[in-house]
Amino acid sequence: MFGGSGSGLLVMMAILAAPRTAPLVLAFVALALVGFGLLMVWFEIGRPWRFLHVFFHPQTSWMTREGSVGIVLFVVTLAGGLMHSVTMMSFAAILGLVFLYCQARILKAAAGIPAWREPVIVPLITASGLVEGTAIVVMFFHAMNATAPWMLGLFVILVIARLWIWCAYRNALVRSKAPAGTLRAFTKLHREFFIAGFLLPILFVLTSFVLELAILATYFAGVFALVSGWRMKYVLVVKASFKQGYGIGKLRRGRPVVKSPVRREGDPIQF
Amino acid sequence: MTRYVMTADLNRCVGCQTCTAACKHTNATPPEIQWRKVLDVEMGEFPNVERIFMPVGCQHCADPPCMHVCPSTATAQRDDGIVTIDYDLCIGCGYCMVACPYDARYKVDEARFAYGKKPSATEALRFDEGSLGVAQKCTFCADRIDEGTAKGLTPGVDPEATPACVNSCIANALQFGDIEDEHSNVSELLAENAYFQMHEELGTETGFYYLWNEK
Repeated sequence: MFGGSGSGLLVMMAILAAPRTAPLVLAFVALALVGFGLLMVWFEIGRPWRFLHVFFHPQTSWMTREGSVGIVLFVVTLAGGLMHSVTMMSFAAILGLVFLYCQARILKAAAGIPAWREPVIVPLITASGLVEGTAIVVMFFHAMNATAPWMLGLFVILVIARLWIWCAYRNALVRSKAPAGTLRAFTKLHREFFIAGFLLPILFVLTSFVLELAILATYFAGVFALVSGWRMKYVLVVKASFKQGYGIGKLRRGRPVVKSPVRREGDPIQF
Repeated sequence: MTRYVMTADLNRCVGCQTCTAACKHTNATPPEIQWRKVLDVEMGEFPNVERIFMPVGCQHCADPPCMHVCPSTATAQRDDGIVTIDYDLCIGCGYCMVACPYDARYKVDEARFAYGKKPSATEALRFDEGSLGVAQKCTFCADRIDEGTAKGLTPGVDPEATPACVNSCIANALQFGDIEDEHSNVSELLAENAYFQMHEELGTETGFYYLWNEK
């Protein structure tokens, strides 16, 4: 949730503030969100004081890769923000996108949970992170009276893209015969997500264009887009994460062709 | 090269759970943790209903998703295909638990014993504080295999070198051996019977084969 919003914020603040750097406070907000998310993970692990072990397996583990990128992200963002360096903040934005991608791939690698291993989850998580980041930037710039129409246009495009990917994700789950509990959880969420995550943000943006006095409309658009993304991820991780269970496989006859153990040592880097 | 696998004959398994008890006793797993368990599966529609018993646990896959996702390299794989966990490296993130398609991994954060606060004799002998807060699962009794092979014994043939669940099976439904040896018990069983691997479509290449001559 927070890591996705924070990394999305890093990406979008670089884009929306170009060619200048975004205000320093936004960089701190982004780092606070990413840091808070990582802190929550640290509280959850069984042996927290072994946290440095998380960096041991970059060859195949997306968790290691996320942690590694996170370290660089913090350093570059802090340095770029304090030095008001456009180059460094652009690099931070790229790192933010990579961090966001790593989060999505962490989910996809979880082969035990059909809702997470569905490939469309990668664009879904990425899109939602970008929408959430844009929402925060737009609200901040609106408070500074610095919102340009193209920013709101980009926000609307991302909101539409997120809904489209969400629908594609749900269809993919139905095609892959995801567990009934997963499908039920998402069916229950869909109406709420459609209204709060798509319809209301766009309506409020349109309202802000049409009614110049509707100064709160942009804030509402941002809040709904942001919170709906968090809600979607909450349902994805907590409510829809049914395991696929056990099953009977296809019967075969004759000596099986045995695959050799792949083993960890000497594994090439795998994407 | 050696590759240890287990076979479970679904036409023989009677669901007695002796393997479950043997595993629990041998490894002193905490309450509610069962590295080896047997599912009671009803199939078909009334009146053509069938019941089978299906031993499950870690499948010791040739391409284990748990190993790929592990950030600390705690989950590793031996040359003989047995997937291991180094409790001293594991950070207890639980990523392997969601990566496993077979629900075979567990994490216990505090010491619990079968009969209250005091451990039984076996639990006292086998309790490992290093297993708290980290991932744990079936090991194919790798310690028994290693000790047995060091003495020149054959896993799957000599009980001292064979997993406890296989030794205990009253119906000889569970068998264990080297699939790379075409004359081993498991190889011959697979040549003579129909079989399947669970969730084959995920590409994990399990080291656990279910024999089932469906009627």
